[in-house]
Amino acid sequence: MNTENMIALLIAAPLLGAVVLLCGGRRLDRTGHWIGTLLAAASFVVGVVLFTDMLGRDAEDRTLSQHLFSWIPVEGFQADVAFQLDQLSMTFVLLITGVGTLIHLYSVGYMEHDERRRRFFGFLNLFLAAMLLLVLADNYLLLYVGWEGVGLASYLLIGFWQHKPSAATAAKKAFLVNRVGDMGLSIAILLMFTTFGTFAFGPVLSASAAGDTSEGKLTAIGLMLLLAACGKSAQVPLQSWLGDAMEGPTPVSALIHAATMVTAGVYLITRSGAIFNAAPDAQLAVVVVGAVTLLFGAIVGCAKDDIKKALAGSTMSQIGYMILATGLGPIGYVFAIMHLVTHGFFKAGLFLGAGSVMHGMNDEVDMRKYGGLRKYMPVTFATFGLGYLAIIGFPGLSGFWSKDKIIEAAFAQGGTEGWILGAVTLLGAALTAYYMTRVMLMTFFGEKRWQPDAEGNAPHPHESPKSMTIPMIVLAFGSVFAGGLFSLNESFAGWLEPVTAFEHGHPPISAGVIMTATITVMVLGIGLAYVQYGRRPVPVTAPRGSLLTRAARRDLLQDDLNHVVLVRGGEHLTRSLVYVDHTLVDGVVNGTAASVGGLSGRLRKLQNGFARSYAVSMFGGAAVLIAATLLMRAV
Amino acid sequence: MSASAVHSLWTTAAEPVSRIDAPHIEYGQLSPILIVVGAGVLGILVEAFVARRARYHVQLFLSVVALAAAFAAVVGLAVTGHGSTKAGIVAMGAIAVDGPALFLQGTILLAGLVSLFTFAERRLDPVAHGKQVDSFVAQAGAPPGSKSEQAAVKAGFTTTEVFPLALFAVAGMLVFPAANDLLTLFIALEVFSLPLYLLCALARRKRLVSQEAAVKYFLLGAFSSAFLLFGIALLYGYAGTLSYAGIAEVVDGTVTSIDPALADTMGNDALLLIGAAMVLMGLLFKVGAVPFHMWTPDVYQGAPTPVTGFMAAATKVAAFGALLRLLYVVLPGLSWDWRPVLWGVAIITMLLGAIVAITQTDIKRLLAYSSIAHGGFILAGVIAMNEAGISSVLFYLLAYSFVTIGAFSVVTLVRDAGGEATHLSKWAGLGRRSPLVAAVFAVFLLAFAGIPLTSGFAGKFAVFKAAAEGGAGALVVVGVISSAIAAFFYIRVIVLMFFSEPRPEGPTVAVPSPLTMTTIGVGVAVTLVLGVAPQYFLDLANQASVFVR
Repeated sequence: MNTENMIALLIAAPLLGAVVLLCGGRRLDRTGHWIGTLLAAASFVVGVVLFTDMLGRDAEDRTLSQHLFSWIPVEGFQADVAFQLDQLSMTFVLLITGVGTLIHLYSVGYMEHDERRRRFFGFLNLFLAAMLLLVLADNYLLLYVGWEGVGLASYLLIGFWQHKPSAATAAKKAFLVNRVGDMGLSIAILLMFTTFGTFAFGPVLSASAAGDTSEGKLTAIGLMLLLAACGKSAQVPLQSWLGDAMEGPTPVSALIHAATMVTAGVYLITRSGAIFNAAPDAQLAVVVVGAVTLLFGAIVGCAKDDIKKALAGSTMSQIGYMILATGLGPIGYVFAIMHLVTHGFFKAGLFLGAGSVMHGMNDEVDMRKYGGLRKYMPVTFATFGLGYLAIIGFPGLSGFWSKDKIIEAAFAQGGTEGWILGAVTLLGAALTAYYMTRVMLMTFFGEKRWQPDAEGNAPHPHESPKSMTIPMIVLAFGSVFAGGLFSLNESFAGWLEPVTAFEHGHPPISAGVIMTATITVMVLGIGLAYVQYGRRPVPVTAPRGSLLTRAARRDLLQDDLNHVVLVRGGEHLTRSLVYVDHTLVDGVVNGTAASVGGLSGRLRKLQNGFARSYAVSMFGGAAVLIAATLLMRAV
Repeated sequence: MSASAVHSLWTTAAEPVSRIDAPHIEYGQLSPILIVVGAGVLGILVEAFVARRARYHVQLFLSVVALAAAFAAVVGLAVTGHGSTKAGIVAMGAIAVDGPALFLQGTILLAGLVSLFTFAERRLDPVAHGKQVDSFVAQAGAPPGSKSEQAAVKAGFTTTEVFPLALFAVAGMLVFPAANDLLTLFIALEVFSLPLYLLCALARRKRLVSQEAAVKYFLLGAFSSAFLLFGIALLYGYAGTLSYAGIAEVVDGTVTSIDPALADTMGNDALLLIGAAMVLMGLLFKVGAVPFHMWTPDVYQGAPTPVTGFMAAATKVAAFGALLRLLYVVLPGLSWDWRPVLWGVAIITMLLGAIVAITQTDIKRLLAYSSIAHGGFILAGVIAMNEAGISSVLFYLLAYSFVTIGAFSVVTLVRDAGGEATHLSKWAGLGRRSPLVAAVFAVFLLAFAGIPLTSGFAGKFAVFKAAAEGGAGALVVVGVISSAIAAFFYIRVIVLMFFSEPRPEGPTVAVPSPLTMTTIGVGVAVTLVLGVAPQYFLDLANQASVFVR
């Protein structure tokens, strides 16, 4: 089999799983989760085969494409279902299918007692298929299909426990906020079509790079793409859905945060690099969004007592790093993707660890009611701990390599901008160390603080089953070694360079100074957290806290802002529109309908059932017909 | 003086009688018509000579084979180029064999074939005295409610004459759109009308309504035939000939020789205009255009439902075919005169059909008004006066036939103790009890409403496009408005079926034999295929859109 023709298999396997599991009915209840896991694994295997095949080729020949069929063949409008597998897509494919498979495996144990488990695995497979379609499409229109598919799957999964009103609301919120971003993407695609007459990657990107397109148009396209990325990747101002999305089962959170969904925005911007390179204003907007979100997420993460929400804030912040890096242009793309992959490992590990903790603690999420769990769950503690060290950038672990490079690239931007960005990324690193240490200390160290709940069921913390711990262990390996492996001889940068281009940044201060600074701020963050949460006992009920803490607990008032600006404003708008609709539109419509109905009733009476009346009407009709014909001649 | 010489004083030897030439008949080109007529005649013989219990099967077999064979003959003619390059006029100028004729004949034969299946359906009515019965009366001659009727029912009689009657009707319809002179046109009209009058009277249940419908149809039909015939006479007076080409020559002023006997009237435009209007009226009656539509609801409601479906589909195809040929072959030179008039007719037909349908409470009457509105839409295509007009009308007729037959077939399935439950209130909640039947009916209703992905949309789009290109933009606007009005009552039935609570004493859905299932299945299949992938059939209609003259 030709390797090109295997690309479709990547998507086909999880898609088949989704169809089989969702349409298969109850008879698959007992085997469904294994079918789903196996098909995800099959996709991973195909991915590995394609990867080794790709490694065996020269760097120039590594791009594969497969044309499946013509989707909408109309003159002047050609939409194809065709795939493109290059180094960038390959990276994503391995991440999505690899981490995705581990999460599938973990879910086998985690969802063991859920009676809708088969459906859950169907949705997971659908999620993978949509995400793979997104990264494998060779044009923006097909990418949009995957993009929407990811939105749908995330909606289904976040709201999986739909019997909980909070979950249903969270799903709706995620979907609606994402729609705003989706509008951006659709407008961007429309603009591309009017500007370039196509939406295939090749022509669009080469035309953008060629430089004969007006910068204004490219800036518009870039900003719309950025809006899209903000929606999927939970960047300010479209970040508000991410925290609520924790209502979904924990494996879903892991999947959304590590392998799929939030990475889509980074992919989109990296893929469209040529457009952004040619539109500096759009690029600046990307950097600003990334920098703001980086701090925003970190501050929120510092204040949350809910373990999953603290991790969600952390994701937001880390994705902020990546978006910032993509905004830096060719000096940043590879590091954005590198951080994305290492983050995929340690964030998946952290979430699965959090799920494991919750599993042993009767689904309690409040870290103030944990404490001292390291004795009860050693494996979880160890893997979570390695993930923790990786994310704060402990020297030698994955996060250190990738984050340090982003900080270097930020300084290398040069000028005032470079100093500001460098400072922001350093501050982010300090905050990361602080909130992650806080999570670590509150959960695994200190006195045990859990108490029996209202019905008197005291939690009995215990280690999770093998199906859950094995994926965590595997991910912990990734958290430890991936970064170092990628940085060896700049192998990752060399691998991605043909797709994204790569330039060495030249920071105004030496790399050694930056690395020292990074380690210093990290130690400061850890120290502060230790002083606050390690040396003093943690109160079971949260103290009132400063103004900033309280604001951060409320996600820095983002929901309040949305409520005041969008919800209230929207309500006023809809109310006035409803008024117009009721009085004016309905008046006209109902009036027309009523008069047509009345006319109908009256005309109906003409049909009185007497053949003689019918004959008269025919006679009259014939007379009129003849008269009219003669009249036409006369005039 | 010899006797012979004397004789010669007051007699003279006749010229030797010149041989009467046998008319030249192209049997091959006429074979579709001849097969159906022949099968009809055979059917009569079957009625006379075959034992009663075997008749149903023999008749069904004979009719199906005849229609299928005739269709095969049409296809054969089309494939061998008789629709395009070898199109011609046969049977001494009486019949035209060309693209439109073959396309319409094919449509009529297919419509007739699937209708015939519903004629033969014997599983819907409850078994009477141990015998399966169809939709037709046991013995047509027995007065309703009489002892002789009861005796006939008890004896298990069935009216197998419907099969030859249907074949004769089909034969007439085959000739109608192909007729190439006015006399043939008239004969064909009567050949298909008379069996239809009879068929309308043969309902097994609600016989009085059925007979009333037949009498009305007959009276009004005869009335309109009279107009048609008078119009023909006037046109003869105008042109001195009945042949289409001959009249067209006079209209165009290209005629070379004038019959001295007719010199006084020939070329008198008053005769032409009045005659043309009257002939048009006769055809508009058959297509059910306003104001000649009034028979439609009563007859559609009273006739046995299989007959209604057949009539609504096949008659319309035949009549629009004849109308097209008349307007495009005989009267194109007069188009400045008839186009505005037909504009008016089309507009009131579309609007009245759609508006009055809103307040109907009987599903068969509703479909009758819907068919009136559709007549208006097709007229819009006829008025286009371009090649696209012809092809779009051909396509529309094909699409509409199968939707109509399918819809009426579904009506035969929904029954209560009194036979078919045609009152709309009884259809409430049908979707909950019989989702499949309701869904199929919904497909047909959506096709009637012209929703995309159904044949109705493709047809309507083609017709309106042709009309707009032909300069009838205003007509298209009215057509779209009427479509919007019409969509209301189609969708209302869907809402009624799916979103209303079923009534406890509501009707049941009978399980039909494979015959009706075939009809409905073919209906759905054609509706969806013509909706999703209409291009092949549009191309076919395009190739068939040139009349021979």
